[in-house]
Amino acid sequence: MADVEEVARPTNLRRIAPAGAALIMCVVIVLTMAVHIAVGAKQLPLSTVFEALLHKNDKVFDHIIIWDLRLPRAILAVVVGAAISVAGALMQGVTRNPLADPGILGLMAGASFAVVTALNLFGISSPVWLPVIAAAGALVAAVVVYGIAVWAPGGATPATLTLSGAAVTAFLGAFISLMHIMNEDGFDQLRVWLTGSLAGRDLGLLIYAGPPLFVALIAGLLLGRQVTVLSMGDEVAAGLGVKTGHLKLMLLAVVVVLTASAVTLAGPLGFIGLVIPHAVRLFAGSDYRLIVPFSALAGAAYLTAVDTVARMALQPQEISTGLVTAMIGAPLFVFLVWKKTR
Amino acid sequence: MAKDSPNLIGISGDAPAVGTPTASRLQAKTLCAGYDNAPVLDGIDLTIPDGCITALVGPNGCGKSTLLKTLARILKPSGGTALLDGKDVFSSNTREVAAKLGLLPQGPVTPEGLTVRELVAQGRFPHQSLIRQWTRADEDAVNRAMQTADITDFADRPVDSLSGGQRQRCWIAMVLAQETDLILLDEPTTFLDLKVQVDLMNLLTQLAHAERRTLVIVLHELNLAAAYADYLVMMKNGKIVSRGAVADIFNAETLKTVFDLDATVIVDNASGRPVCVPLPKRHVQPPRVVYG
Repeated sequence: MADVEEVARPTNLRRIAPAGAALIMCVVIVLTMAVHIAVGAKQLPLSTVFEALLHKNDKVFDHIIIWDLRLPRAILAVVVGAAISVAGALMQGVTRNPLADPGILGLMAGASFAVVTALNLFGISSPVWLPVIAAAGALVAAVVVYGIAVWAPGGATPATLTLSGAAVTAFLGAFISLMHIMNEDGFDQLRVWLTGSLAGRDLGLLIYAGPPLFVALIAGLLLGRQVTVLSMGDEVAAGLGVKTGHLKLMLLAVVVVLTASAVTLAGPLGFIGLVIPHAVRLFAGSDYRLIVPFSALAGAAYLTAVDTVARMALQPQEISTGLVTAMIGAPLFVFLVWKKTR
Repeated sequence: MAKDSPNLIGISGDAPAVGTPTASRLQAKTLCAGYDNAPVLDGIDLTIPDGCITALVGPNGCGKSTLLKTLARILKPSGGTALLDGKDVFSSNTREVAAKLGLLPQGPVTPEGLTVRELVAQGRFPHQSLIRQWTRADEDAVNRAMQTADITDFADRPVDSLSGGQRQRCWIAMVLAQETDLILLDEPTTFLDLKVQVDLMNLLTQLAHAERRTLVIVLHELNLAAAYADYLVMMKNGKIVSRGAVADIFNAETLKTVFDLDATVIVDNASGRPVCVPLPKRHVQPPRVVYG
């Protein structure tokens, strides 16, 4: 460890700056969560929120609201936002495609379709199996989207991948709608599986979707260094000693698990995985050792903030979270396409 | 003419230790390789001399890039072996190979916004692990590599904002930061201005002759190969047609055999190096141009 201490000053600075930024973002997440918890049908002062979180009192009604209803949803927003953003960042790195995102490339639709099929056609609602089924759906969708893009003239380019992802998403979306119509399910359920929502989600799912999500998140963070090398081309990476085939399979697994867990918890929330990594690159640069952790933090803060808007904007009505992420994300997506193709 | 013996690099010029028996760390033994069902390399036997510039030339599709990739462990051989320090490259650990042999492939991707220093630092990848993080040795290697490639001045600028020649210097610096004795480069000078090509070749020559590194370079430009190679390897249809010192094998006959090129080879007085001048086919009289 002696040689680590000798490191020149510039390197120290380069290490401290990201640590500081990460700390600031953690504070931002906590504050966003506090606001998220405070707003709602009954507005609570921030002081009550922090008091409830630090000194829970079961006899105070507000504390019960916070612990039983609002905190779980805030935690869900943080976890899902981080997972989707990391999945998007990794996908953009490994495919060297700036438009890669689990929503755009059809993985979310695949996971969502698989879950809806399991729930409606096979009556499987066990929280143990739903994440697994979602993962299978995401994986199959990824393979199909890639297959269509490869088969298209010109091969798997960002454009063909985006188009085939859109086609697969639309196709599966139609079946998701159909299954809901046939079962006369509530509109609430339909909107969860078509656009994603954090409202009224079963937190019991977090017990089963949480651990794999957490493991995949850690794996994604650890693979960041190799993703940077891979983003310079397969042959460069292989020349530097990366087992490229092996690495790509691991990244596929990580992305599928992150996407599937996120979809199981909140449905297919679009555009977060696309927009967050690009926003992070503006200040964190192009090294995935920084892009991945900062995407996790920024994604967590972003989804919490977006969900706060979803809950506040049309009170007492609530907008589906997925609608808000799309309303903000879609214009940003257009902006990115415009910027990249200019 | 086609003796597989690097001992015969009896060229004139400034290459150190030429003419003396040299060792070889990198060899190909009846190497065959290709893509899917299209074989490209057809039983290549080659011994790369240490501390020299070996240039691979040949017409498009002759297998020169394939040979380079197979030597670098990027491509799996379908037959024969590539040996690095006597060990089969393909059955060795990727990381182990990467610590001894650096590769600059054709068309590396510059990630948007990555700075020069960050790019060069990626060359330290094979020396790092999750446990062994960035150290003083890594920092020094990166600084040295940037100095050698003369890119220290724009260390903090994004690579994608630089010119083609500067960018190529950054990639070479990345391979230098890898600190390997063997460096394989696939057409490092393509698409660059002549002056930039010459500067790059001078840099590479310095690496071989002053730092005694072993360079294998696929070159598209014949005269560049003739001007800089210590050991020249000419390939055609997946086979080596001719190999040896430039002075011995770079002549009109071999150019006709290898490239089907009608050319005169003259020797430049200043460098002592041969130069090839293509003979234009004249079916008709050239148009008479009246000036003034």
